[in-house]
Order: sequence, then structure tokens, then C-alpha cells
Amino acid sequence: MYRTDVYEGMLAETVTMPGAGGDVINAYLARPLGPGPVPGIVVIHHAPGWDEWYREATRRFAHHGYAALSPNLYFRDGHGSPEDVAAKVRASGGCPDDQVMGDLEGALRVLRALPYVNGKVGVFGTCSGGRYAFLAACRLRGFDAAVDCWGGRVVMSGEELTPKQPVAPIDYTRDLSCPLLGLFGEEDTGPTPEQVARHERELQKYGKAYEFHRYPGAGHGFFYYHRPAYRQQQAVDGWAKVFAFLEKHLGG
Amino acid sequence: MCTMIVRQIAIEGSGTGPAGWFDVRQADVSYDHPFHAPQEHALNIDFVNEAEGPGARVAVELTAASARALIQAMQAVLAEAERGGHVAPAAVPAAARQP
Repeated sequence: MYRTDVYEGMLAETVTMPGAGGDVINAYLARPLGPGPVPGIVVIHHAPGWDEWYREATRRFAHHGYAALSPNLYFRDGHGSPEDVAAKVRASGGCPDDQVMGDLEGALRVLRALPYVNGKVGVFGTCSGGRYAFLAACRLRGFDAAVDCWGGRVVMSGEELTPKQPVAPIDYTRDLSCPLLGLFGEEDTGPTPEQVARHERELQKYGKAYEFHRYPGAGHGFFYYHRPAYRQQQAVDGWAKVFAFLEKHLGG
Repeated sequence: MCTMIVRQIAIEGSGTGPAGWFDVRQADVSYDHPFHAPQEHALNIDFVNEAEGPGARVAVELTAASARALIQAMQAVLAEAERGGHVAPAAVPAAARQP
């Protein structure tokens, strides 16, 4: 990586893919040029939408040698600027967990069917996408590694459950089917350090393979360079941990 | 985190966005991640008309203190308008509902 004497190229484009319930949704696919084989990764956007940061993150994975596919979880909610669409979803209480799992399973199948993918597929997400990454690693079969960056509402009280989010993800921990990397800010209010500790105890209870890293001086969303929450040192270290974890479990 | 704290109310009025004026039919009020305000959470108000698509939206993202000050100002203005006989008292267009 980053050698000055090798060819590097990338293809990044909007594609369509089968989602939950047989719906056709759109997605952003980025991959290194060449025959491969390369690992695959599903990139799950955050609550603020299928936005520019997630386009960049998807291309970043491709830059690091992954076929990266980011499904538009808000496809069914209309089209316009990512913020306008995300605001509509925010007002409606978010997407149903079951629908998101269907979309992520579709993305997983697309990646596994690509001729240049090496048979290993991970899942990555931040914020609500981190929650979905963990949930997908528990509820779906076929992921080989999962990265949950500060996913809130993994631990949920009974009062927080809704028809769209009827089960707290932590209650699926026993079904976790692949190694998990978790990155959290110690100053985050959701998940709080106490909620992260509770999740970790649950992972230990079931003997799951995981790595949790807690960052002092960071809150929620410390990768987001366009927000005041950005923390340069923690973000650089966090990304390094993401790529080391994925290389270990997905190859490359 | 995504708080999922949100209320939607039916309203009547007009708002202006990038495409000009449109009829606003609903206000979505949340305390959650803002898109632009430099806080982790903000009091967000989206004045929308869902029949015209996601782009029919006038958005503000306020600090909690600003939102409370706004409420007080609106109440004070409406009370003064009531005293002056300019508006009928306590005309609430619709009850708040939760999605």
C-alpha cells in the first residue's frame, strides 16, 4: 500500500441491488481495478444519511483493497439531497430493523457473487450503522468480521423499544457469528461507557471473539472530519485499528 | 447517539426553500443529531410538505436554550396579539403525535 511504483486504480459508481422484500434499491460500489481476489465489505451509512462522508468512506475501503458496497437504506423514503431524505427518515422514527437486515443481506449476497471477491465479507458502520453492523453480524449468516463504531441503542431499555426496533441488539449477542471490533469514545452519551461495558460483559458471557477500544477525549462520531466531534489522533488510530482488524479476518 | 426523540404535528402555513415558497403541512420536531449546527444534538425543526417530496423542507437546528427562548418569544407575541384582538385565543391546529 502507498508504494510509488505500482499501478493503482479504482472504480466507484452507483449500482442497483436487491434489498429487503425483493425491493430494488440503489447502492454505492467502490473497488480496486484488477482481477482480484479482494475481500468484500458492506458499508452501512449513519443516521444523517447516505451522504458524502459515506461515499468517501466507501472509496477509502476500496483504496485499501476492498470491494466496498454501501446500500442506500433510505431508498424507499424518496430522493433529494441526503440531508432532506435523512430528515424525513428522522421524523418517521428511523428504518425498521427487519428492513435494514434485508437490505444488508442483499448487499452481502451481491458481494459474495462478485467474481473478484475472495469469499470473505465484512460489515462496517458508524452511529446507527454501527448498531446495524452488530445486529447484522448476529442475525445474518455469512459475515466474516464486523466493525461497530460507536453504535448507540445496542443496549436499550424496554421503554426505548419500538415496533421498528422491537428487540435490543444486545439480546442477540449469543448469535454473533463473527469477530467484532468496537470503537467508542469515552465521552459519548450514546453509547455511554456503562452501556459499552455491559455489552462487553455480554460478549464475554458467550465467549465471543471481540476487540473493544475506548478513546479518551472523544465523544460520538470522532471520525467525522466535518463535525466538531472530530478527534484527529483518535480517528487516525481508529482507522488503523479498523484496517488491521479487517486484514486479519478477511485477508487481502 | 441517535436519540429518536421526535414529534410530528400538522400545521398550516408557508415556507420558502431553494425552490421558492411552498405550503407547509407538517412540522417535524426532534432532539437528535443536527446536520450543520456544531453540537452533537440539537432541537431540529423541519417544516415540510411530504406531498411535494423530501426537498420541500425548511430546516432550523437550534441549541436547547435557543429553542426555549424561541418558544417564549412565540408565546409572548401570540399573547400580545390576543390582547390586541388580532388572533383568536388558544387556536392550536392539531395535537402532537408520535410516529
